[in-house]
Amino acid sequence: MNKLIVAPAPHAHSGDSVSKNMLLVIAALMPAYAVSLAAFGWGALITTLISIAACCLVEWLIAKFLLKQKPTLCDCSAILTGLLLAFNLPSNLPWWLVVIGAVVAIGIGKMTFGGLGQNPFNPALVGRVFLLIAYPVQMTSWPLPQGFAGRYVDAVTGATPLAAMKQIVKGNADLVSQLPDLKDALFGFMGGSLGEVSAIALLAGGIFLICMKVITWHIPVSILATIALFAWIATPEGFACSHEYILYTLLTGGIMLGAFFMATDYVTSPMTNWGKVIFGIGIGLIVMVIRTWGAYPEGMSFAILIMNATVPLLNKIRPKLFGEVVKK
Amino acid sequence: MNTFKKGGIHPKDNKIYSAHQPIVECGLPKQAIIPLAQHIGAPAKPIVQKGDKVKVGQLIAEAGGFVSANVHSGVSGVVNKIDATTDAWGLRMPAIFIDVEGDEWVEEIDRSSDVIRECNLEPKEIIDRIAKAGIVGLGGACFPTHVKLCPPPGQKAEVLIVNGVECEPYLTCDHQLMLEHGEEIMIGIQIVMRALGINRAVIGIEKNKPDAIARMQELAQKTLGVEVKALKLKYPQGGEKQLIDACINRQVASGALPISVGAVVDNVATIYAIYEAVQKHKPLFSRVMTVTGKQVAKPGNYLVRFGTPLTQVVELAGGVPEGTGKIIGGGPMMGRAMNNIDMPAHKRTSGLLFLPEEESRRGIEENCIRCGKCVSACPMGLEPYLLSRQSELQMWSEMEDHHVMDCIECGCCQFTCPSHRPLLDYVRQGKATVGGILRARAAAKK
Amino acid sequence: MNLIVISLLVLGITGIVAAVLLYLIAQKFKVEEDPRIDQVQEVLPGANCGGCGQAGCRAFAEACTKASSLDGLLCPVGGAPTMEKVGAILGLAAVAGEPKVAVVRCNGSCDARPRTSEYNGAHSCAIMHSMYVGESGCAFGCLGCGDCVAACAFDALHINPETGLPEVDEEKCTSCGKCVKACPRHIIELRYKGTDGQRMVVKCMNQDKGPVAKKNCANACIGCGLCAKVCPQEAITVTNNVAYIDYAKCVVCRECEPQCPTGALWGMGFPERLTKAAKTAAPTAQATPAAEGGDEKFDPAIAAQIQALKTPKAVFPHCLHNA
Repeated sequence: MNKLIVAPAPHAHSGDSVSKNMLLVIAALMPAYAVSLAAFGWGALITTLISIAACCLVEWLIAKFLLKQKPTLCDCSAILTGLLLAFNLPSNLPWWLVVIGAVVAIGIGKMTFGGLGQNPFNPALVGRVFLLIAYPVQMTSWPLPQGFAGRYVDAVTGATPLAAMKQIVKGNADLVSQLPDLKDALFGFMGGSLGEVSAIALLAGGIFLICMKVITWHIPVSILATIALFAWIATPEGFACSHEYILYTLLTGGIMLGAFFMATDYVTSPMTNWGKVIFGIGIGLIVMVIRTWGAYPEGMSFAILIMNATVPLLNKIRPKLFGEVVKK
Repeated sequence: MNTFKKGGIHPKDNKIYSAHQPIVECGLPKQAIIPLAQHIGAPAKPIVQKGDKVKVGQLIAEAGGFVSANVHSGVSGVVNKIDATTDAWGLRMPAIFIDVEGDEWVEEIDRSSDVIRECNLEPKEIIDRIAKAGIVGLGGACFPTHVKLCPPPGQKAEVLIVNGVECEPYLTCDHQLMLEHGEEIMIGIQIVMRALGINRAVIGIEKNKPDAIARMQELAQKTLGVEVKALKLKYPQGGEKQLIDACINRQVASGALPISVGAVVDNVATIYAIYEAVQKHKPLFSRVMTVTGKQVAKPGNYLVRFGTPLTQVVELAGGVPEGTGKIIGGGPMMGRAMNNIDMPAHKRTSGLLFLPEEESRRGIEENCIRCGKCVSACPMGLEPYLLSRQSELQMWSEMEDHHVMDCIECGCCQFTCPSHRPLLDYVRQGKATVGGILRARAAAKK
Repeated sequence: MNLIVISLLVLGITGIVAAVLLYLIAQKFKVEEDPRIDQVQEVLPGANCGGCGQAGCRAFAEACTKASSLDGLLCPVGGAPTMEKVGAILGLAAVAGEPKVAVVRCNGSCDARPRTSEYNGAHSCAIMHSMYVGESGCAFGCLGCGDCVAACAFDALHINPETGLPEVDEEKCTSCGKCVKACPRHIIELRYKGTDGQRMVVKCMNQDKGPVAKKNCANACIGCGLCAKVCPQEAITVTNNVAYIDYAKCVVCRECEPQCPTGALWGMGFPERLTKAAKTAAPTAQATPAAEGGDEKFDPAIAAQIQALKTPKAVFPHCLHNA
C-alpha cells in the first residue's frame, strides 16, 4: 500500500477555483465585447489586446522580479483586469496610453498591495481614473460607432449621450432631442468607451453571473435601484416623463458595466449581504451626485473607488448569527 | 419541503455505491481489541483482569464518571491483557485484548428476531437500562445518551427529533437500518418518548432516501404522535441545531443546548440501539458501518462487533482498492483521515471511505480573494475567513468575540473556498484553544 | 500683496494659537513618571519579545525601576551586559544569571525516522499535532512544519532541509522562550548554554517502550538507563522510558555519551561525538562527526537492526515539507 495521505476534514471540495470564477466573468463580458467590436471595429480589438497583454506582462514582471512570488498569471485575474480596463477606455486611445493605464492598474492598483486579494481598490478603475485625470483630452474624445469601417487612428469622434445628459441636467432642456433613441441606447451603437455601448449585452452577462452564482444580486440591484430612485425624484425638465429619464440614466454611461462587473469585484466589495447592499446604495448615490452636480458627466469610476475605500468598514457588519446571542 | 435556513452547501452525495446493500454480519476476529474510550467524556474503567473469561455482552469496563459510558465485550473468550493499542491516528489508547473462543452470549440477551412491542417500564428504569447498556450517540459525536435523556432541572423536553438525515456523502448505514429495522426504530422512538414523558416525535429524512421516507411514513401512520418530515437536500442538515431548525422551525441560541427549545435529538442508529437494550437486553457491542468508495469491490453496510479489526471488515468488502490515497473514518465532510486501518471497530466508527489518490490531495492554496462564499455557506452565521486569519495570528480573544465556539466544524467554508484555503483547519485549532481558555476561566471563577 | 499679508497673518495666528493650546493641554495632562524608566528602556534591546515575562521592554523597564533588587529580573536578549547597565542606572547590583539557549530535543531526521503517511493539511505543527501522530510513527517527535521558526523573532531557528528538523543558531538565539511555547510537542527547552557552548542533551522525547520507540525512529532514546548508571553527578533520570539530563546538575563530563546505544544522548558543542567504538579504540581518530551520524556508533548487533529498519525505506521523497 502507498503512503496514506492524511489531512483534517473536510475531504471534499466544491471544485470551485479562482481561475474558474475569473473565466466565468470573462465569458460574461463576451456578449458586450462582441457588440463593441461591431461598433468600434479594429480600435476595440487593438485596445483590448494591448491592455490584456500589458496587464499580464506587468503582473508577471512584478511578481517575478520585485515580489519574488510564484507568478500568479494562471489565476486569470490579470486577463480580467486587462479586459475591464479596455472596457473603460475609448477605442481610439493611443496604444502607449493603454500601456500606461495597464502599468498603473496592475502595478499601482494591485501589486503594490501584495497581489491578488490584497488590493483595496479596483485595479482597472485605478488605471482608468489615472488616465482620465492625467490625459483628459484623449480620454474624453469618443469615437463614433462605425464598425470595422472606422479607423483606429484619427477616428471620427463626437459627443456621447452622457455629455448631452449633463447639459440637460444643467438646464438645457432642448438638448433632449439630441439623445439617441432609447432602443439604440439599449442595444448599443452610440459613442462611448468599449463597455458603454450595449446595456442589454452587459445586463445579459450580469444575469449569467448571478445565475452561475459567481456574484450575488445584492450589489447590482441596490446600485440600479438607488440610481433609478434618485433619477425619479430629480428628473430634470425636458423629458416626457420621469421613466424616460430613469431609462436614459441607467442605459447610458458605465452604469451597467460598473454595477455588474466593476463593483462586484470580489476583492474590493464587502463580504456580507447587508454590507453589499449598503455598498451598492453608496455607489448609486455618489454616481448621481456627480452626474447631477459634479464637473464630470460620468461618475461610476469615482463612485466605485470611493465606496471601495469603505469596504474594510462595511466588513465590520457581521452576518446574523444562527439563533440569538445568549445574554450573560 | 423544509430545510434549515442559513448557509449550507450541496456536495455530491455519492451514496449509490453502498445504498440498498443489505446489512451483512462481519465474522468474529481471532483477537478482539476493545478500547476503553469510545465516547466523549472520561474513559471507562476496566473491571476484568487478565485470564478472566468473558461472554458476549458482558460488562468489561464501567463508566468512569457522569459523562462516560459502560463498555461491553463484543466477543466471548479470555482476557489476554489490558494494554495500550494504536488508534487510527497513530496515537496510543488503552484497550482490553480478548482472545476469542466460541460465541457464547450472556443468557439474558434475547437473540431471537421477534419484535417486542410491549414496554411498560417507568422512565427511570428505561434511562437506567440505556445507561447500563453503554449507549452513546452513534451519529458521530458519541455523547453518552443517558446524559442527554436527563434534561437539566428547570428544562423540559417537548419533542424528540430523530436524525435519519445522513447528510454526509457516501454513508448509507442509517438509511439501510431504517429500511431493515424500521419497526424496531419506531418502537425505540416510543420508548424514548416514554422516558422523556413527551408525546411528539419528528423523524427528519432527506429526500434522497425516498424508500426510507415511505417506509417510515407507513409505520408512523400506525403510531401516535410520530411524524416523518421529508427534508430538502442540504448539508449539514444532520447538525443538531440545523436539524431542529429544519424539523420544527426553532432556533437554538448561540451557546445553548437543544433542550433550551425543548428538543432532544437522537440518531436512528442510537434509537435502534435503545430498542435493543431496553426490549432485548442487548448492550451496545456492535454497530452497522458503511464501507464504501468508488473503487471498493464490494461496498456495503456491515454489522460489526466492537473490537473487530477494521482490516477484517475491509477484507469482507474486497480489500483495500488499488490506488487508494486516503482512508477516512466516517464521511468526507467531517470524517477523520486515518493513518492505518489496524484499529478495531468501536462505537465511533460509522464508516470507512476509500478515496482514490487523485481525489485525496487538496487543491493548491491561493490568496484569499475575499469573495465571501465562506460567509454565505456558514450555517452558523460566522465569518470563517476572519476566524481562520485570527487563528493564524493567534488572536484568541477576538475569535471569542466572533463566536468561534458556535462553529460546528461542518467544513462548509473550506468546501466552498475557491482559493482552497485551509479555513477549517485553522478555525478548529482556534476553537480548541479558545475552548481551553474558556474552561480555564470558568475553573478560575469557581 | 494684500492677499499675501492676510494669508500670512491668518496662518501665523492660527499656528501660534494652536501651539499655545497644545502646550497648555500637555501641561495639564502631564503624567509624572520616574525618569529612570526611560533611561532603562533606552538600554534595553527594544525587541518587545516578552522573553523576560513582561508584556514588552517598557513593562520590563517599569518592573526594574519599581523593584528593590534585580534578582529574578533578566532580559534574556541583552543578557548580563544589559542587566549591568540597567543596574548602573538604578543603582542596584545586577544578579548574574547563567545564559541559556534553546535546544531542540529531537533527532528524528528523515533518514532515521521513516515516514509512514503524507500530511496534506494546513502547514502548522499545532494543527498536525491535534490531528494525528504525524508523518512518522513517533507521537513525541518533531513534526517539521516550523511553528517554532515562525515564532522566532530573531531569525535564530531554521528547518534543515536535510534532516527536516529545526536547528538553533546559537549566536542569534536570545532564549526568549517563544519557540518553547510555540512547539505543540514541547520538544524545545531552554538550557544553560554551558562553558564554550558545551552541554549534554538527550535528543529524544519518546515515551514509548524501547522496541516501539526504535521501530519508529532509529535515533530514539529507548530508556535503557545505561547513561543514568554511569553519571557521577546523578543528573540523569529515566522516567516514562526516556532519559532526561538535569542541566543544573550536569558538569559535562561526557561519561554518559558513549554509553548510549542509539546515539540519542549528545554532547553539543564538541568537535566530535564520543562513541563506544571510539572510546575503546583510539578516542580521537575514529570518532564519527556529529553531522554525519553514521551507524558506527552502535553496537554491531543494534547497528544491524537499525540498518534493517532503514534499508527498505531508504528513500523518503516526502521528507517533511521541504519539497
